Amino acid sequence: MFRGLSSIIYKETIHVLRDPRTLFFMILIPGLQLTIFGFAIDLEVRDIKTVVYNLDGRRESRELLDAFQHSDSFEFVGQAFSDHELNEFIVAGEARVGIKIPPNYTDQLIRGERTTVQVLLDGSDSTVAMQALNVANAIAMARSIEILSEVLPGTGGPPIEVRPRVLFNPDMRTVNFMVPGLVGIIMQIVTMLLTAVSIVREKEQGTLEQLMVTPVSRLGLMVGKLVPYGVIGVVETVSVLLIMRLLFGVPIQGSVALLMVFSLAFLFTALGLGLLVSTIAQNQIQALQLSFIIIMPSVLLSGFVFPQETMPWIIWAIGQCIPATYFIRILRGIIIRGAGFEELWLNAAILTGMGVVVLAIATARFRKTLA
Amino acid sequence: MTAVIETRGLTRRFGHFTAVDHVDLSVEEGTIYGFLGPNGSGKSTMIRMLCGLLGPSDGNATVLGYDVVRESEQIKQSIGYMSQQFSLYTDLSVMENLQFYARIYGIPRRERSERIDEVIDIVGIGDYRKRLAANLSGGWKQRLALACSLVHRPKLMFLDEPTAGIDPVARRDLWNLLFNLSGRGVTFFVTTHYMDEAERCTHVGYIYFSKLIVSGTPNELKAMQDVRPEGTERFEVRCDRLPHAMRALNEFDYVRDATIFADSLHVLADAHSETHMKHDLDAQGFTVELITPVSPTLEDVFVTLTRERDQQRASSHV
Repeated sequence: MFRGLSSIIYKETIHVLRDPRTLFFMILIPGLQLTIFGFAIDLEVRDIKTVVYNLDGRRESRELLDAFQHSDSFEFVGQAFSDHELNEFIVAGEARVGIKIPPNYTDQLIRGERTTVQVLLDGSDSTVAMQALNVANAIAMARSIEILSEVLPGTGGPPIEVRPRVLFNPDMRTVNFMVPGLVGIIMQIVTMLLTAVSIVREKEQGTLEQLMVTPVSRLGLMVGKLVPYGVIGVVETVSVLLIMRLLFGVPIQGSVALLMVFSLAFLFTALGLGLLVSTIAQNQIQALQLSFIIIMPSVLLSGFVFPQETMPWIIWAIGQCIPATYFIRILRGIIIRGAGFEELWLNAAILTGMGVVVLAIATARFRKTLA
Repeated sequence: MTAVIETRGLTRRFGHFTAVDHVDLSVEEGTIYGFLGPNGSGKSTMIRMLCGLLGPSDGNATVLGYDVVRESEQIKQSIGYMSQQFSLYTDLSVMENLQFYARIYGIPRRERSERIDEVIDIVGIGDYRKRLAANLSGGWKQRLALACSLVHRPKLMFLDEPTAGIDPVARRDLWNLLFNLSGRGVTFFVTTHYMDEAERCTHVGYIYFSKLIVSGTPNELKAMQDVRPEGTERFEVRCDRLPHAMRALNEFDYVRDATIFADSLHVLADAHSETHMKHDLDAQGFTVELITPVSPTLEDVFVTLTRERDQQRASSHV
């Protein structure tokens, strides 16, 4: 049934060790991705460029501006002297936030009246705008309470205080959140692409046809192709996890053994996807394009970057059909929350089920394309 | 003599297109069977069916006594196949390619090196053992491909246009190799569209528009009625201005057909018409060097048969 298996593995190993492109995929691409996602993507927003138009200029107004400046979120980059100029700063992209303090700010406060500080936001980057809005509101609230407690002595602050305690990832580091997900994405790209390309290349060179006239069995050929890339996938997983642990300092809270076992379920699915791609693509370029069609939703809809909870239901539903969704849950569960088998087995079971289905389709198609 | 390939009404359709149309073919053991036909006439499809790569749509075929559909695995064990593109792993060395195929065919470890040495010896690639297949010239790549497909000592070899795109010297060397192997009892089924290669084959079949038109030894084909109708003779005519002379000859009522053959004309005409022909050509101002009777070449055979078929096709379409 597995006739020719060992010969295929032997040959495939030589290919991997000798082909610079494969090594390139294996080493450079994951390294590049880790650097980009791990270091460059930082969802925490700091030092938003801010321009100030202060029509009041007295102590009260300066205190408010100090509060903004001390919040870490805002960085003052200039002063405007007219509404038009304030606007221009934002249109030109020199500032994302404009703060306008009215001329009668201090007067109104002293009289105990309500005053209005205008905050202009550049909404083109919604994350930045949201962050600026939240912090601005918080600052205004804090100042208001301070002023109120001066006016009404003895109250000592607001009656309700929220005292949050972040259970996992207490420092709320983006790295801790992103890198575990990244492990899954990298594993999928590497194993799927390598498997697909290795088979499609044989199609291009005509060696696949040559193999089909030898007594090698279909299963022997398929498994022979999958095993070496499965091994590479495992090595890749371990090294990416090591980089995560050592370079980015993300601790693994749960069981490493469980993580490896569940990773195998995902690896299995990714290899199946690679095989499926190879049965559709006729050349390496098509294989690359097809792989990226599969990888795109894995990056965007799996919860890797954007939370799935807020997606429209149809997009959410698509997300539930993506293997990466479940693997990223497993990764974050084990690495960040220290979750165990009881909490995560369902995800692993779904992954395995998907792998079986994908592999079955790929196997059936593999027969057709070669028969 | 036993037949190693035997087909009955073998047919393969791709959608509405029939690539191979009811072919009855028999290839005897020990022959070098040349399978000829223009591009797209169904040669490769035929080979793929015989190797068990493609299932037939209709009809049946046995190869080495095994049915191509039900027993394709047994067939694969004892045939060799070399495609037009010399399917080698270019990032593997000569030895590694041979090792791989030896393993694939399940040759036991202790016999492997002996078998590999044997095929290296046959194709004479011993000096390049360590070289990557990518760095071999076309002719050597082809020899390596041949060696790879010989490593399991096949009784029957399928070669799909083995000499496409290699230089004339390598082409001649390959044919010498084939004769050598044929002497060891290997049967060859070779597709080609080179007429000079067809002349070297012991048996020849000609496929045209998916149908096998003729099959036999070159001498049998040359003696066919269609090729040499009663009361006609073939002449070689050497003269100046060949294209004009050809047109002029085709006008003469005793000339059936005239075609240019390199630097002369081949003319199918009434028997003993050479004096007549010389006179008529002289009269039209051609300088005739020579008119001599010749036996038909395979190219003559195929050109004649192709013309006949085209006329039949044309008339059946009217």
